[in-house]
Amino acid sequence: MAEIKRVATRDAYGATLVELGNEREDIVVMDADLAAATKTGMFKKAHPDRFFNTGIAEGNMISIAAGLAASGKTVFASSFAMFPAGRAFEQIRNSVAYPGLNVKIAASHAGVSVGEDGATHQCCEDIGIMRTLPGMVILNPADGPEAAAAVRAAAEHKGPVYLRLGRLAVPVFNEETVDFVIGKGQELTAGTDVTVIATGLLVNEALIAAESLKAEGISVRVINMATIKPIDKEIILKAAAETGAIVTAENHNVINGLGSAVAEVLVKNQPVPMEMIGVQDQFGEVGNLDYLADRFQLTAPYIVEAAKKAVARKG
Amino acid sequence: MDAITKKRLSVIATKIRMAIIEGTYNAKSGHPGGSLSIADDLAYLYFEEMNIDPANPRWEERDRLVLSKGHAAPALYGALAHRGFFPLEWIPTLRKVSSPLQGHPDMKGIPGVDMSSGSLGQGISCAVGMALAGKLDNKDYRVYTILGDGEIGEGQVWEAAMFASAKGLDNLTVIVDNNNLQIDGSLEEVNSSYPIPEKWAAFGFHVIEIDGNDLEQIEAAVQQAKTVKGKPTAIIQKTVKGKGVSFMENLCNWHGVAPNKEQYDAAMAELSARLQEQEG
Repeated sequence: MAEIKRVATRDAYGATLVELGNEREDIVVMDADLAAATKTGMFKKAHPDRFFNTGIAEGNMISIAAGLAASGKTVFASSFAMFPAGRAFEQIRNSVAYPGLNVKIAASHAGVSVGEDGATHQCCEDIGIMRTLPGMVILNPADGPEAAAAVRAAAEHKGPVYLRLGRLAVPVFNEETVDFVIGKGQELTAGTDVTVIATGLLVNEALIAAESLKAEGISVRVINMATIKPIDKEIILKAAAETGAIVTAENHNVINGLGSAVAEVLVKNQPVPMEMIGVQDQFGEVGNLDYLADRFQLTAPYIVEAAKKAVARKG
Repeated sequence: MDAITKKRLSVIATKIRMAIIEGTYNAKSGHPGGSLSIADDLAYLYFEEMNIDPANPRWEERDRLVLSKGHAAPALYGALAHRGFFPLEWIPTLRKVSSPLQGHPDMKGIPGVDMSSGSLGQGISCAVGMALAGKLDNKDYRVYTILGDGEIGEGQVWEAAMFASAKGLDNLTVIVDNNNLQIDGSLEEVNSSYPIPEKWAAFGFHVIEIDGNDLEQIEAAVQQAKTVKGKPTAIIQKTVKGKGVSFMENLCNWHGVAPNKEQYDAAMAELSARLQEQEG
């Protein structure tokens, strides 16, 4: 049996940035003293003249990125999700989103899975915060190849993008090259009894859960929702109509993340029983991934439980 | 500065002041005080110094200006209108529904506005980004940014300053408009940012102190800044908030309140009289 390949989405990001830098003169990369971890260090090595480190000054980084973008550059600004989304939110809003400038915020180390750094660094609010910005595209790729494609799609897109990346190496389930379309969900498994709409780290868990449920005679459709905004309404409503029950799964607070985005679509068009897997409105804590994933109910068994609950509610 | 240029720019500064009063009066809101204090800067920069082309507002080689103290938009709009970036007819539409002249500068809808601003402390970082792009692309353009003396309370200003001097952005000129008044009172009454020049020097800037309502001193400072290599320049200018309208001068109240009909008439009469005098 072939060994599962594992790649961290942040590594795919770093490598793709270098490629983009080779192809395009207008690509400029910024960091706030985390280049080794965010992997912008790879771009720095390849294109030192187009890499700018502001040091620990995320607000400044974002507004400088806006100034660079206003001068014709396509800017990728990297940090840990907590800091641009949290501390530099207002700069993202007023310097980038409001004037619609071409700045891509590469938010690494998102969610509880950051691990041992603990709660202050485990950002479970960022999707929620970014969702309320008009015109902000939010991407949350699930594996290496998808992340590489998402970085390219972000560079092509004219306007602000929030690109959520993870620290840990995660299983690759896509082919080498992914045809990534902003705003389009990806149906990974066909199914008729319930749909699990997952994003990022939880997509692989959803696939495992689907296998488990299949053995019990429950047919699960798994959708990888890599674009949180604009959300793919069509694929959601199709799933609601054809399977009648939805479970969402994300490495983020259940408040205001993917779950809420999906619920907004359902409630206005086709309400069906829905369950949400995610961090249940709690701060994170220190731990390794195995501990944290279980502690915050972000694993396949919890998805299985939620799926059964949703099916039972179909009445 | 020769007499003819001084006369020309004095006239323009007065016209910018009239546009500020015209705009805020019609809008029934806005920020006359801090707009009036920088009218002379804008007259000099937009009508004598900056390499710009109203027919080509996005011209890549142009000099840029970021109004970091974005609430002084009425002054910027006055300068841009008179310079030919958009019709003078727009001025009385300030802040009105469907008007392109938003309450704070909007780069999407207003020709000549290089960066949207309004949330204090961010504009200077944007200006730094533009200066950085200029260095990266080996361009000759200069970047100006105008900050308020209350605005420099925002931490981001100092993040930007630290970066600008670390990167040796000598194509950047920061102007700090020290009119000594913010909203809740004078600088000392609220949270003193004094001494100002020393702070910028400590952050690695070349510092010049001037009277910012004196066109010749503005010219001297801006020209001096162009000769400084390896570090950005901060022009710390003492100005009068409300400068040019006698009953608005040096009063906190005129930070964000528009003149009523009576006050409008009085202000315009004063400015018109001065205009006649200057043009004579």
